Amino acid sequence: MKKVVVTGLGMVSPLGIGVAKNWQELTAGRSGIRPISLFEPDDGLVTKIAGEVPDFDPTAWLSKPEARRYDRFLHLTLAAGLEALEDSGLVIDEGNASRVATILGVGLGGMPFLEETIGKRIETRKLRRVSPFFIPAIIANMAPGLLSIYTGARGESWTATSACASANHAIGSALRALRSGACDAVLTGGSEAVVCHTAIAGFNAMKALSTRNDDPATASRPFDADRDGFVLGEGAGVLVLETEEHALARGARIYAEVAGFGATADAHHITSPRPDGDGAVQAMAQALRDGGIANEQVGYINAHGTSTAANDRMESAAIRKLFGGHSNDLAVSSTKSMTGHLLGAAAAIEAIYSVLALHHGVLPPTINQFTSDPECDLDYIPHHARQSQVEVALSNSLGFGGTNAAVAFRRNS
Amino acid sequence: MSVQDKVIEIIADQLGVPAADVTPEKSFDELGADSLAVVELVMAFEDEFDVEVEESQASELKTVKSAIDFLNGLTS
Repeated sequence: MKKVVVTGLGMVSPLGIGVAKNWQELTAGRSGIRPISLFEPDDGLVTKIAGEVPDFDPTAWLSKPEARRYDRFLHLTLAAGLEALEDSGLVIDEGNASRVATILGVGLGGMPFLEETIGKRIETRKLRRVSPFFIPAIIANMAPGLLSIYTGARGESWTATSACASANHAIGSALRALRSGACDAVLTGGSEAVVCHTAIAGFNAMKALSTRNDDPATASRPFDADRDGFVLGEGAGVLVLETEEHALARGARIYAEVAGFGATADAHHITSPRPDGDGAVQAMAQALRDGGIANEQVGYINAHGTSTAANDRMESAAIRKLFGGHSNDLAVSSTKSMTGHLLGAAAAIEAIYSVLALHHGVLPPTINQFTSDPECDLDYIPHHARQSQVEVALSNSLGFGGTNAAVAFRRNS
Repeated sequence: MSVQDKVIEIIADQLGVPAADVTPEKSFDELGADSLAVVELVMAFEDEFDVEVEESQASELKTVKSAIDFLNGLTS
């Protein structure tokens, strides 16, 4: 079976623009959660905080008309994708274009553009003047579509959508495509940008979001007893994956190996995870089996860790169940404590953080650990990043619909 | 502002080109507009001039001059 490696990284998140800035903020344990600034929150919204990409100006990547015609998740996709491609050193030309694929995870698509269109054109009965760019702006697969247009990649191009697990399904599918020989390189990851009235109102109605408006930086507190829900974040992460032989042939720098992928369904409930956590257990177990990895080799888990009681307790129990005694020896963190929950893009930025943890020998922390929850009793790397060179990192993602996906990364040897 | 100046300003803004390049004889195609961008441009005229442009009329608008003449006719 072909070995698949990571050769390029690019991202924008609430921690900033670019991989270097993200890693600096992440390992310093800084929160990217602030009062919402992208729109003026209506009084009806009980949540008024989010993780927004700070100081993001799409015209740094696009002309003004292009920026106006594309939804924000597309702006973020391009920023991350072009950084990743440049970082990889891969040159896409006539000779290899058909061997480079674009597979990205998007959970919801262009919700802000949809909201504005409804507000401006449908409510005012000006349906004839809905923008001709409305449909292209909101469809989820425009993320890989635009990335292919701007990079010239002409291999398969599509979007995986599985709510908060979307990007892990995209990365897993990229791994399979590369192993099969269908392509030599894939730009994969995910994008999401739904900091808008509609999404906040919808998640508020589910009582899913933190309402700690007076203290945004401590609002996302995964595994902490005083958590009160997740914090919505936005961003995009893109990884350049290649077969090892392709990477070596062009002398590329290799960050880590994408070793295994596992995915399951709960078959239980539209939004609540199975109480026994079996869907998560089996997804992690499959990823390890797929990568030929023994439980004891796993040193770090980037948890789904949303900061909701249902998730954090179930996921902690699932890790205990799968790893048994070894669960006392491995470190687990939720970087959502700093970035918030990026939904369809969450697994993309968390894959990048996991890869960097292996590459730098530093494990990112879980911040906002104040009061321990007896049902969450793992080593969550509280407050401060930790120097530790682990061999395998596992990145978990669990989504509405009862969908579970895990990707295992191995240190490059 | 004259209709001509306003049309040029809208075209320059919508298509992201310098106003100096928006000369009457230029076609929208030459200014880089694809079919979707032309639809968007006509909508911008409708919004800015508060007029309704019929489908058959819109399809005749292919150059800067045709837009200026058409809107001059509607607003005079």
